[in-house]
Amino acid sequence: MTRLLVLMLMLFAGGPAMAIEAELGFDDPVMNERYRELLREVRCPKCLNTSIADSDAPIAEDLRREVHQKMAEGASDEEIVEYLVSRYGEFVVYRPPLQPTTWALWGGPVALLAIGAFVFARILRSRARQSIDQDAIS
Amino acid sequence: MWRYVIPVAVFAVLAVFLYRGLYLNPGYIPSPLVGKPAPEFSLPDLENLDRQVGSRDYEGQVALLNVWATWCVGCRQEHPFLVELARSSGVPIYGLNWKDDRDKALEWLDTLGDPYVASAFDVEGDVAIDWGVYGAPETFLIGRDGTILHKHIAPLTPEIWRRDFLPKIAEECGSLPCPLAEGEE
Repeated sequence: MTRLLVLMLMLFAGGPAMAIEAELGFDDPVMNERYRELLREVRCPKCLNTSIADSDAPIAEDLRREVHQKMAEGASDEEIVEYLVSRYGEFVVYRPPLQPTTWALWGGPVALLAIGAFVFARILRSRARQSIDQDAIS
Repeated sequence: MWRYVIPVAVFAVLAVFLYRGLYLNPGYIPSPLVGKPAPEFSLPDLENLDRQVGSRDYEGQVALLNVWATWCVGCRQEHPFLVELARSSGVPIYGLNWKDDRDKALEWLDTLGDPYVASAFDVEGDVAIDWGVYGAPETFLIGRDGTILHKHIAPLTPEIWRRDFLPKIAEECGSLPCPLAEGEE
């Protein structure tokens, strides 16, 4: 059991370390942190669910360079994301904006949770009633 | 009763979604640029780096912009059809040579034929990003007012040309060869 746990920890801890080290960066640590953060928010259009921070696809490299250049020119995070969405569509953002077409996406989990809670409550109540009935018999 | 109906209903809904999913292409991302003005660009001409090729060259015309590269297998596949289109369709084809080796690209045009009025040499891939390109080959149909009328991702084939491109060109022009927009010579 402990061995399995250690193995799993090793496997999962290895993930982030394997990320592609972005070739570019900023000397200013605050800017640099913003840059890394932004790269993790943008999904590589050519890859299967990998951010442009983690992908070594040429298109991801180009997109990193584009983000770097736009940041160096003083663009805000919103402006950069807006630009990329205007070119590649909402596919490239991991957190799509809340709008009529994404209501189900954002609201779905909450609705499912509510349904689950409702069903669970009903089951609990009927069980409680059953056990009371049985107590009455004995 | 409900104990049986609900799981069956849930299963049915799931099945419909999964069945639909079988026929979707997860690699296809619809372009938000369709129906919007095409991004302007100006790049060195692949064949003569001192010359510039760009959106100005096809201003006022219906034109195709084909994204290609020698490393792209699909481009080789569609190339004969592009040569054929250049000869017979009356629609000028411009190339965007994407992140390619210039010598190889020139050799490609030399041996396989050159369907392009001109190819822009986008070695860094910056213009490609501005056009939302994520894989070659991609072909854009540009209207006379500079709007992107259609984008096709994957090799162009006669069937796709007839089905997706010709109706849009007909709608834009009436007849081929396409007359120029008013105000242009």
